[in-house]
Amino acid sequence: MPYIASEHTHPSSDELRARIPGWGADLDPADRPSVPRERSDLASGAHWVIPEQQPELRRRERSVEHGMLPPVFGTAQPLHGISGLIRGAAYKRFSEAQTAHWLLLILGDRVDVIGSRARSTVRGRPDNPIRETGVLSEIGRHPIGSRFGRGRADVKHSWLDPVIVLGPVSVLALVLVARRRR
Amino acid sequence: MRAMVYRGPYRIRVEEKPIPKIEHPNDAIVRVTRAAICGSDLHLYHGMMPDTRVGSTFGHEFIGVVHEVGPSVQNLAVGDRVMVPFNIYCGTCYFCAKGLYSNCHNVNPNATAVGGIYGYSHTCGGYDGGQAEYVRVPLADVGPSIIPDWLHEEDALMMTDALATGYFGAQLGDIVEGDTVVVFGAGPVGLFAAQSAWLMGAGRVIVIDHLDYRLEKAREFAFAETISFTDVNDIVLELKKQTDWLGADVIIDAVGAEADGNVIQHVSAAKLKLQGGSPVALNWAIDSARKGGTISVMGAYGPLFSAVKFGDAMNKGLTIRTNQAPAKRQWPRLLEHIQAGRLVPRDVITHRIPLEYVAEGYHLFSAKLDGCIKTVITTEP
Repeated sequence: MPYIASEHTHPSSDELRARIPGWGADLDPADRPSVPRERSDLASGAHWVIPEQQPELRRRERSVEHGMLPPVFGTAQPLHGISGLIRGAAYKRFSEAQTAHWLLLILGDRVDVIGSRARSTVRGRPDNPIRETGVLSEIGRHPIGSRFGRGRADVKHSWLDPVIVLGPVSVLALVLVARRRR
Repeated sequence: MRAMVYRGPYRIRVEEKPIPKIEHPNDAIVRVTRAAICGSDLHLYHGMMPDTRVGSTFGHEFIGVVHEVGPSVQNLAVGDRVMVPFNIYCGTCYFCAKGLYSNCHNVNPNATAVGGIYGYSHTCGGYDGGQAEYVRVPLADVGPSIIPDWLHEEDALMMTDALATGYFGAQLGDIVEGDTVVVFGAGPVGLFAAQSAWLMGAGRVIVIDHLDYRLEKAREFAFAETISFTDVNDIVLELKKQTDWLGADVIIDAVGAEADGNVIQHVSAAKLKLQGGSPVALNWAIDSARKGGTISVMGAYGPLFSAVKFGDAMNKGLTIRTNQAPAKRQWPRLLEHIQAGRLVPRDVITHRIPLEYVAEGYHLFSAKLDGCIKTVITTEP
């Protein structure tokens, strides 16, 4: 049958209204709070034109795409150590449009993990992979029945997860094995 | 105070941290009573988001009680029970003045492409999140709202992101009466998007996932038709068959960066971090939409590039609409829907876990164990 101009097949509106709680309550776009998406008549609660500037108590990195330090910012984990140098370079040298910006930040993340694990060990609170990965939650939560025989797409590659979790340890082990063989 | 702390991909623990301080005159410090783990928290947990620093506390879905306020705070007082939208925003910048609260330009030094989000890496501003006993809430006069007495606290918690995002996603679809709406992803955002599509007059709502228990939830909770993409050879072809060979009018991507269904795309993005996100669901959306249709992207993607089939999108004349939801803009209408009984958002919650066991909570949510759909973290009995 050739294609013709007709609506999709679907149940009648009366049928849907009877079956689905609230069907059509927001049929009128005027009832949808983000229609239109841009509106200039909203009351935000702000009582400023520009928010007061938060004090910059220690130097705060920022994207080169910002003309100035925004008035409000997070201070949760300041740059530090080698990872801080890498991240600092990403912010200072590359705009968000540059792939190098993001790749350097990801590199900084990995260096941060290695450094923090070393520091944690030195400080007497080493990382506990059993507790931190949460694998104990498998107990009593149907680890096999939840995963297999149910058509889950992710079981094909979930074996990679432990490789990632144990990645740094695995690399170290491989290096040690290679040295011994020499 | 006790707080969830990121230790690297797939690793978190609970640590003692100092209670946050007022750092800006319009800050509030909120004592968290309930927080939730969002599907997008898993992108952080899996190490996908650039500049996620060790020591970070995640959590952009939380409610609590105001513990302290800065000197310029006028709209809140100590002791108020508040729900806090996941967006941090100033309310007056170029973008906020247009109602684009999720795109505020005054709260995130680290990036201009995204606004400020609690507990979502330094790429989103470097704020600690609410999976802790206390959290700093900047610009407290614009973000938080007092929780109405009649509102169940877990419904309030769902409004801080998941419900608002699902509802917003349906709005971006510009649904008209009788539209066929396909939702990729039967997580909380997808379930809420499916419910919202009905509110907006959809004629059919079809939810796609591969997790059988979530599809069952989509049938019960959102009255949707469902398809498991692992039950069919080609989900795009199946959707064409089911839509008179035309394709769906509106498609909502509620999956995002860790979409499954194509091993190469998934592994290259989610495991090897070579893409900003796995665009499997987005590509399926492009290919299964009708010509001239609309795609609403609510799934979160990272800032790196992704292998998106843009040629098909262009040739089909699709409208692709996206944004982080400006959560608070949705609240007045969502409160009406909840009060009228049209929405019961807390029904998506499957697990409640004390903060001490947050690592276990993340693992069971990430591994999709025990029928997990939404996990709530409790900081007090």
